[in-house]
Amino acid sequence: MGAGRLRAPMERHGRAAATSASSTREPAPEEPDGRGQEPLRRRANSTSVPAAGTSAEGARRDRHGSCSGGTSVSRQRVESLRKKRPLFPWFGLDIGGTLVKLVYFEPKDITAEEEEEEVESLKSIRKYLTSNVAYGSTGIRDVHLELKDLTLCGRKGNLHFIRFPTHDMPAFIQMGRDKNFSSLHTVFCATGGGAYKFEQDFLTIGELQLCKLDELDCLIKGILYIDSVGFNGRSQCYYFENPADSEKCQKLPFDLKNPYPLLLVNIGSGVSILAVYSKDNYKRVTGTSLGGGTFFGLCCLLTGCTTFEEALEMASRGDSTKVDKLVRDIYGGDYERFGLPGWAVASSFGNMMSKEKREAVSKEDLARATLITITNNIGSIARMCALNENINQVVFVGNFLRINTIAMRLLAYALDYWSKGQLKALFSEHEGYFGAVGALLELLKIP
Amino acid sequence: MAECGASGSGSSGDGLDKSITLPPDEIFRNLENAKRFAIDIGGSLTKLAYYSTVQHKVARVRSFDHTGQDAGQDHESPYEISVQEEVTARLHFVKFENSYIEACLDFVRDHLVNTETKVIHATGGGAYKFKDLIEQKLGLRVAKEDVMTCLIKGCNFVLKNIPQEAFVYQKDADPEFRFQTNHPHIFPYLLVNIGSGVSIVKVETEDRFEWIGGSSIGGGTFWGLGALLTKTQKFDELLHLASRGQHANVDMLVQDVYGGAHQTLGLSGNLIASSFGKSATTDQEFSPEDMAKSLLHMISNDIGQLACLYARLHGLDRVYFGGFFIRGHPVTMRTITYSISFFSKGEVQALFLRHEGYLGAIGAFLRGAEQDNPDQYSWGENYAGSSGLMSSSPELGPTQGAKSGTFDLLEMDRLERPLVNLPLLLDPASYVPDTVDLTDDALARKYWLSCFEEALDGVVKRAVASQPGSADAAERAEKFRHKYRDKLQTLRHQPFAYGTLTVRSLLDTREHCLNEFNFPDPYSQVKQKENGVALRGFQSVVRALDALGWEERQLALVRGLLAGNVFDWGAKAVSEVLESDPQFGFEEAKKKLEERPWLVDSYDTWLQRLKGPPHKCALIFADNSGVDVILGVFPFVRELLSRGTEVILACNSGPALNDVTYGEALLVAEHIAAMDPVVHSALREERLLLMQTGSSSPCLDLSRLDEGLAVLVRERGTDLVVIEGMGRAVHTNYRAALRCESLKLAVLKNPWLAARLGGRLFSVIFKFEVPAE
Repeated sequence: MGAGRLRAPMERHGRAAATSASSTREPAPEEPDGRGQEPLRRRANSTSVPAAGTSAEGARRDRHGSCSGGTSVSRQRVESLRKKRPLFPWFGLDIGGTLVKLVYFEPKDITAEEEEEEVESLKSIRKYLTSNVAYGSTGIRDVHLELKDLTLCGRKGNLHFIRFPTHDMPAFIQMGRDKNFSSLHTVFCATGGGAYKFEQDFLTIGELQLCKLDELDCLIKGILYIDSVGFNGRSQCYYFENPADSEKCQKLPFDLKNPYPLLLVNIGSGVSILAVYSKDNYKRVTGTSLGGGTFFGLCCLLTGCTTFEEALEMASRGDSTKVDKLVRDIYGGDYERFGLPGWAVASSFGNMMSKEKREAVSKEDLARATLITITNNIGSIARMCALNENINQVVFVGNFLRINTIAMRLLAYALDYWSKGQLKALFSEHEGYFGAVGALLELLKIP
Repeated sequence: MAECGASGSGSSGDGLDKSITLPPDEIFRNLENAKRFAIDIGGSLTKLAYYSTVQHKVARVRSFDHTGQDAGQDHESPYEISVQEEVTARLHFVKFENSYIEACLDFVRDHLVNTETKVIHATGGGAYKFKDLIEQKLGLRVAKEDVMTCLIKGCNFVLKNIPQEAFVYQKDADPEFRFQTNHPHIFPYLLVNIGSGVSIVKVETEDRFEWIGGSSIGGGTFWGLGALLTKTQKFDELLHLASRGQHANVDMLVQDVYGGAHQTLGLSGNLIASSFGKSATTDQEFSPEDMAKSLLHMISNDIGQLACLYARLHGLDRVYFGGFFIRGHPVTMRTITYSISFFSKGEVQALFLRHEGYLGAIGAFLRGAEQDNPDQYSWGENYAGSSGLMSSSPELGPTQGAKSGTFDLLEMDRLERPLVNLPLLLDPASYVPDTVDLTDDALARKYWLSCFEEALDGVVKRAVASQPGSADAAERAEKFRHKYRDKLQTLRHQPFAYGTLTVRSLLDTREHCLNEFNFPDPYSQVKQKENGVALRGFQSVVRALDALGWEERQLALVRGLLAGNVFDWGAKAVSEVLESDPQFGFEEAKKKLEERPWLVDSYDTWLQRLKGPPHKCALIFADNSGVDVILGVFPFVRELLSRGTEVILACNSGPALNDVTYGEALLVAEHIAAMDPVVHSALREERLLLMQTGSSSPCLDLSRLDEGLAVLVRERGTDLVVIEGMGRAVHTNYRAALRCESLKLAVLKNPWLAARLGGRLFSVIFKFEVPAE
């Protein structure tokens, strides 16, 4: 059920194998009222920029205009260009449906001379981003994720991970204007749907031209790169031992030395599922609209919470079995005819059909049930895809998993239990930032 | 992640309604002889099943007793008719709201006359809840049956016994329901049961099925989450709410993420990126309608996606959907259909079942009746006693929602013998008996519905006249009139009520209704008289034929077959002539025939064929009594026999209009044998065999034929099939493709149909087909 293997011609050439697919992350069918609308299609073209090598250059079609490079102003900048290094600042941007993910490379090897020549606006950006952990009322720097002493394109520095809600995108663009970004003649590599949605605003308000990148390309590139550099000496990838047992449950490092084939489940607002066979060979298998946005959206409606953190905090205190109808609620125990354990959920929110039970549940219970419902469903779809694709390691990424140990442990347990130990659920420390990292890598033309 | 067919002990159904009064001759019929009870209690509906016997009057024919005092007397009639009582087996299913359960159980107890039954087989989530009530009210012990086992058993049963049980649903198409011809091999298939949760079961054989997966996101999620979000308590109301909502106000769509760029990227902007995604990013208030719609899409899409993943993993393309989430709700059938088509890229079609609501009850009944071997028999849906699809659908307006709509009925008659495919069908899987789908063809539907309504007076008159000694004949005939008129009325509004509407189903429904009011064979005397008259003309017709040269005789035989076929009481144009002119005979009929070239005329090819080697064995489906079978068919049979071709003459098992029945044909053949040595020796040497079709219809369904006939057809190496008459060769089987040579012939006795086919009244269809090598 690989998405959209139809209609749109294969336009990816060069490095990518013929099966690689770029496509949207939006999985679910449209509203049936809209008759005659086309089913999900593969995106006609990707604007991903191949490696510096020129062989693929001719085949590449960049229909969205070029990435604006800008002309150099200083000696330092001339140097940079000569080395085929883009000008600072180095950003990678991933504008999702709910969250904007921004990675920023802070050079730590700046010479005194360089610092002197550094234009004021560039310096101000660097200071602003690195000396704060919060920006405005909604921007946050995930300090604990910072990657230190990284070497990128011959420069040493730290990689910072910043996020803010997509609805604050206009403010971000305005800030770019206020800080006079356009004078830096920098390139803004961006991925995610928002790269398209806000392209015009960047141009007209911020006087900035975006280099739009395919989000699945970026995602995969980002994951592979981040895994290769590790996490400040620790392992990037991990799994859970005894996920169902709160006493014995352990988060353990996992060495992803044989990454392929890999099922990659990216849980953002919605969910995309990719089968990855090599660095350049992957396909989008399917996706679901029941994702992080659904969890948080339903929680807002059911509990009146206002932040993802609040929703998770409520969920951690709730009891979903008051909300869900379990197998044992119907059969008094296990349903042996079908080998179903009594603790399995038979009907999510099934108890809420009864008025008395609706009146007896707390908001915390509802938040927990929402979390369990969405997570189990993603696990179930991922498991079926893994079976259909004959892949047994499944990496779950995306911001739904941020500070969401309940979901991760449940995914780990569900995958193990229902596959009778055949499938392994893996997670990654920088769960939501891979797209943005991939965009940065494209900027630096790092393969 | 599990599921269970049971729907929850939901919000409705706790207040029992005792005030209801039940009309005993409409609901819970034939309780006096009931035995073997089963009950399926779901979250809101109860389905009660029982087995009963029905006593019917039947017209039997037999030879006059030649040893008695009548011996030697020359009878006007070739045989005598006696009316006898016959007992047939019937399955009754009644579906009603849980709130009526107490009243219904009381009613059943009061009407149950000395049954030997001690046990009631029970399934469904509510079987626990109502166990004590059932045991106390009925005095029967409740035996619990596994929900899924019952469901699968029931599903196998309807797929095997009810043609056009499954359908695909397309909201904006006309017709919305497209019925599937039953596949001769029903296994393997996937059953996705959407109760409070979802169960996905792979069914491989009658007894082998496996739970391969499920989901906890099902009907209970829609109901429970919907009730929390919208404060609407009832499932039906939530669906109604959803049907008015705009999900795009709540869901994050692709266009919300990509802006206008989705077009240039070739994305469909209306795809849902994140269900309820907008409620996560904006603070606005959402309307209950919009939230319900978003929830409906979320759940339907999710189920459709999982079903496709499972279908793919197991390599199955037949996926049936059931459960209370689906049950007769166009809204959910629509979203599930859409989702399946989307996720499978059109490779899998969502199939729904007409009697989906009864599967559990049927299965529980079969579990309890295993010693009667119900699986050994074929069963037929009784149109007279069954409510039809969507009989109580809330969408059909207030008139249907009244008390009578509260009860939905299904009756299945046990057929005497098992029915199977004609072994000569080219492709049993794609065989469709009916030529015109009246659900599809609004113009034809309108015509035929009026046609049958206009003919009703005549049928009522004939029915009364057929029972001169009966005091209540007129009263019963009026009841028949009302019943059948009601059916026609229902079919006007819901042409899909009993599967694809066809001329055949209209005819069969009329026969079922006549039977229901004890008019088993209104034409028995007419047939008796006509057979007598025709028998007296047999020898002169044969002599005249024998006097002809070979080539002339072949044409005369065919013209005889066609002229005989004019004698059809089912055709208004003919019945009027026959009623007004008792002298109208064979010769008059020949004059009515169209001259060659006929409307469809492959006579020359047929003649060429006859010049070749004889056929090994011909199977002939006879049509009318009297002139048709005696002066048309028998001389034709006689010619085939003389050529060295064996003949199987297949006649209806039971009466329909003036069609010759198997019983009558046996007597007619006996009389002919007495006059004709060719027929005599052929009968004695079993070169001519009379067989029954297993049917009591004026039409012919070659996929449901008597097993004995099928066996004989195979044994004798049948290489020619002759189908005669409008009902069998035009309304049905006109396009039937066989693996051997076939001859389809009929006289068009309906001016509208004739005009439609480009001909006129009494135009001739003579279609000789030779299968491609």
